Amino acid sequence: MEATENKPLTAKDFSSDQDVRWCPGCGDYSILKQVQSVMPDIGVDKKDIVFISGIGCSSRFPYYMNTYGMHSIHGRAPGVATGLKVANPDLSVWVITGDGDALSIGGNHLIHVLRRNVNLNILLFNNEIYGLTKGQYSPTSPVGKNTKSSPMGSIDQPFNPLALAFGAGGTFIARGMDRDVKHLRGLLKASHDHQGTSLLEIYQNCNVFNDGAFFTFTEKDSKARNVLFMEHGAPMKFGAEQEFALRLDGLSPQLVKSNDYSDDDLWIHDQHDKTKSFLLTQMFEHPEHTDFPRPFGIFYQEDRPRYEDGVIAQINDAQAKKGKGNLDDLLKGNFTWKIDD
Amino acid sequence: MEIIDKKDITVLIAGDSGDGMQLTGSQLTQTSALFGNDISTFPNFPAEIRAPQGTVAGVSGFQLKFSSEKLYTPGDSCDVLVAMNAAALKANINKLKSGGELIVNIEGFDKKNLRLAGIDSDQHPLESKEIEDFNLIKLEVTKLTREVLKESALGQKEKDRCKNMFVLGYLYWMYSRDTESTVQFLKEKFGGKPDVLEANLKVLNAGYHFGDTNEEFTSRFKVEKAKLDEGEYRSITGNHAAALGLISASVKSDLELVYGSYPITPASDILHELSKHKNFGVKTIQAEDEIAAICAAIGASFAGSLAVTASSGPGIALKGEAIGLQAILELPMVIVNVQRGGPSTGLPTKTEQADLLQAFYGRNGECPVPILAATTPKDCFYMAFEAARIALEHMTPVFFLSDGYIANGAEPWAYPTEASLPNITPQFASGDGTNYLPYKRDDNLVRKWAIPGQEGFEHRIGGLEKEHETGNVSYDPENHEFMVKTRAEKVEKIADHIPLQDIDAGKPSGRILVLGWGSTYGAIKTAVRACLDEGIDVSHAQIKYLSPFPKNLKTVLESYDQILIPEMNDGQLIKIIRSQFGIDAEPLNKIQGLPFTSSEIINKIKSLA
Repeated sequence: MEATENKPLTAKDFSSDQDVRWCPGCGDYSILKQVQSVMPDIGVDKKDIVFISGIGCSSRFPYYMNTYGMHSIHGRAPGVATGLKVANPDLSVWVITGDGDALSIGGNHLIHVLRRNVNLNILLFNNEIYGLTKGQYSPTSPVGKNTKSSPMGSIDQPFNPLALAFGAGGTFIARGMDRDVKHLRGLLKASHDHQGTSLLEIYQNCNVFNDGAFFTFTEKDSKARNVLFMEHGAPMKFGAEQEFALRLDGLSPQLVKSNDYSDDDLWIHDQHDKTKSFLLTQMFEHPEHTDFPRPFGIFYQEDRPRYEDGVIAQINDAQAKKGKGNLDDLLKGNFTWKIDD
Repeated sequence: MEIIDKKDITVLIAGDSGDGMQLTGSQLTQTSALFGNDISTFPNFPAEIRAPQGTVAGVSGFQLKFSSEKLYTPGDSCDVLVAMNAAALKANINKLKSGGELIVNIEGFDKKNLRLAGIDSDQHPLESKEIEDFNLIKLEVTKLTREVLKESALGQKEKDRCKNMFVLGYLYWMYSRDTESTVQFLKEKFGGKPDVLEANLKVLNAGYHFGDTNEEFTSRFKVEKAKLDEGEYRSITGNHAAALGLISASVKSDLELVYGSYPITPASDILHELSKHKNFGVKTIQAEDEIAAICAAIGASFAGSLAVTASSGPGIALKGEAIGLQAILELPMVIVNVQRGGPSTGLPTKTEQADLLQAFYGRNGECPVPILAATTPKDCFYMAFEAARIALEHMTPVFFLSDGYIANGAEPWAYPTEASLPNITPQFASGDGTNYLPYKRDDNLVRKWAIPGQEGFEHRIGGLEKEHETGNVSYDPENHEFMVKTRAEKVEKIADHIPLQDIDAGKPSGRILVLGWGSTYGAIKTAVRACLDEGIDVSHAQIKYLSPFPKNLKTVLESYDQILIPEMNDGQLIKIIRSQFGIDAEPLNKIQGLPFTSSEIINKIKSLA
C-alpha cells in the first residue's frame, strides 16, 4: 500500500514510547536505528507495517517500533508471519529473529517459509551466542567455542545460515553487519523491495557474551582485507585500495591481485546466477584459515511466485468457476430428502 | 418373494482394509438416509492403510443401523454380518445376533485365509456348530465379479477391486433399496475413467440381480421411513459438520476463515472439506508442523480473520505453548481436537475422550480456555459454530472437542438455513485510535480488536505479561496477579452467554442422574430411555459447555441422590466435578477405543438403582 500522508514521516515517527532495554553497547541498537530510518523511505503507511518476532534479545525489537507488532514464541515468528500475510497480503511484514530463534528452535519454520516464498522480510540477527539465556553456544558458534555450556569448547559444527537458506530455496539471500550502517540501510531497502521471502543475515555484536566475534569484518584495521562488498554487475574487488579481487577458474574461485587482470576477466557478480551465488555462500571459512574474504551484500535474488498470491489466485479461481459461496446451498449439499406431515 | 417388514436393521460390513468396506458402508448409509430412514453409523478401521491382508489386525468394519424410528446409536449388536474373509468373521462374529444373517464371501475362507486369521484348518468356522445359530449365505464374490467383467479391458487387479460393488448391489436387493444414488456417486467418482465406471456399474447391477434371480433366497427385508421431525434432511458426518459450522461462522461474522492445520487422523477430513470451499474465501494452510499450523492461525487472528486450527491429542500437545500465547494475547481462535486413543500415538483410528484434562490444564501457567464438546455428528456443526461465536465475541481461544466416533459417524440432519443462524458480532476498535488502549475491557472483560491496517491503532502485543489496559510489558507483581485473575474472570463470564444445562430425559430431580459429556450422548440416551421404560428413577444430562460450566449445573447435580458419569477415559470429568463442586459421583469408564454400548450403561444404572 502506498503512503498517502502529505507530511513525510521521519525515523522518529517509527520509534515507540517504550524504553529500549538492550545492554548498553549492544549491536541491536544500531540495527533498530537503521530500520527506523529506512521505514519512511519504503513507501508503506505505518498502519500497514507489522513486526513479528520470536524469543531472544533481538525479539524485543517489535516493542520499540511504533508500528503494529507481535512478540510471539520461540522460533515461531515465520509461522505467525505466514498466517498474517495470508490473511492480509497488503501488509509489509518483517520478521525479527536471532541465530538461536531462527536456526535452532525455529529451524523448521525458517526452511519452510523460504521454500514457500511468502512475501516477508526476515532480519536474522546473528551474534553466534545465546544472549538472553546468558551465554551458551548457539548453532552458529564456531567449533571449539568456550561458553558456559561448553567449558571444554563446543563440538557442534555450526550452520552456514546462507547456504542453508539457499538449500531451502530462498529467493533473496543477503548479509550485512551492524557496524556498517549505510550498507545495512541499503540491504534493508532491498529486502523490502524483493517480492518474496527476503533473508537478511546481520552480523551483530553481543558485547556482553561474545564481544568481538565479528571484529575481523567490522573494525577498521581488518575490515578492508577481509570483507568483500558484492555489487550486482561489478567485479569482485576488495582491500583498502581495491587491490585484491576474485576470479573464477571454471567454478573454482581464485584470489588474485586486481592489477594482474582487466576487470572483465575478474568474477563479475551476478546475483541471479544460482551456481555462482552458491559458491559465494561457501566462503565461510574462518579468516585464520583462508585468504578469501567474507562476502557481504546480496548473494542471490530470484523472482518466483509468492505464496500468498497462490492462495488468493485459488480463491479467485474457485469463485470464477463456482461463483461466490452460497451458504444455503452448501448446508443443503447434494443429496437431500424431505419429511412431511 | 416375501418382503418382511422390520423396525430397524443393523448391518456390519467387514473385510480387509483394502477391500473398500468403508466406501460400501457409506454408500449403503447414503442410500438409506435418502430413502428416509433414521441412520447411525460406526466406521471402525485399522491405523494402517493396507494392513496385513487376511489378518484380524487388518479388518476394517462399517456398522450401520437404519431404522423407522429415531436412533441415537449404531446398535450394540448386528442383525446382518457381511464377512469378506475368515479374519473379518473371527473379529466380528460375537456382534451378530442369534438367528442373524451371516453373509460370507467363501473365497475368503480358503486354507491361506484361515491360516492368516489364525484359525486351525480342521476347525473351519463355516462348519462349526455355533454357525448353525445363524442364517448362512455363501457367495463367491470374486468369481462372480470376474465373470461379470470377463469382457472388460481392465486388468485382473482392477476387476477384483469392483467386488465390493457386488456386495453392495446384493445388499440393496436384500433391503429393497434402489441403486440410483450410488450410480450417481460412481459417475462423479469415475467420470474421468469410463472403463472403471462401466465395470463398477456392471458389478453393482449384477449383485442386485443376483439376489433377484437366485432361488436360494426366499425373503427380502424392508424398513419403512422414519417418523423424523418435519423438514429437509441430509446425511452428515461429524468432521463434515464441523467444517460447515466453521464456514457458517465465517459467513455470519463476515470474517474470512483462515485454517492452519497439519494432517492428523482423525481430524484431517476437516482440512479436506474446508479446502474444497475456497469460493467462500476460505484460506487453508497446510503447515510444516502442528506448531506452525497454530502459529499461522495466530497471525491470521491478529490480522482480523476467523482463525482456526485443528488436530488430535498429539498435535494439541505440540500446540500447547502457542495456545498459551493466544490466551495471553486475548485474540480469538477455535482449536478443534478430534480426540483419539492415547497417550502418545496411541490408537490413531479409534475413539476416546481422554483429552478433557489436557483441554482444561494442558498449558504452562494459569491459562483457562473455554471448552465445548459436541454430542453427535450433526451437533459438531452447532458446537463448532458456537466455539467460533464465543472466541470472536469474547476474544479468547476456544477448544471444540469432538472424537473419532462422531467425527467419522453419520446421521440425518435437518440442516439449517443461513437466515436461521445468529449473527456473530466481534467488537472491533473504532474511531481514530487516539485513546486506544489494547487491553482496556468492557463489562464482559473483553478487549477491543484492532487490526493491522487500521490507522492510529498501531500497537504491540506479545507473550510477556502485560500491564492492565496499556498492554505494555510489565513485571509488576500485583499487576501479574491482577491480569491472571482478570483473564480467568473473563472466561468465567462467558457462563452468562451460554444456555443453562437441560435434562435430556427423566425428571428434574430424583434418584440417579447419568451425567455425560460429548459423544457418549447416544448410548446414554438409549440406555436411560430403556431404564425409564422399566420404571427406574433415572435422568440424563449431557454437558456440551465444559468450561465454563452452565451456571445451573451445581443445582442440577444437587437435585439427585446419585450421579453416574460414563466416560470413554479413566475418569476425567468426574475429577473436575469433584474438585469444582465437591460432589462425588460413580464412574463408568471404558478405555477400549470403542464407544459405549447402551447395554453397558443399562447394566450400570441397574446396579445402582
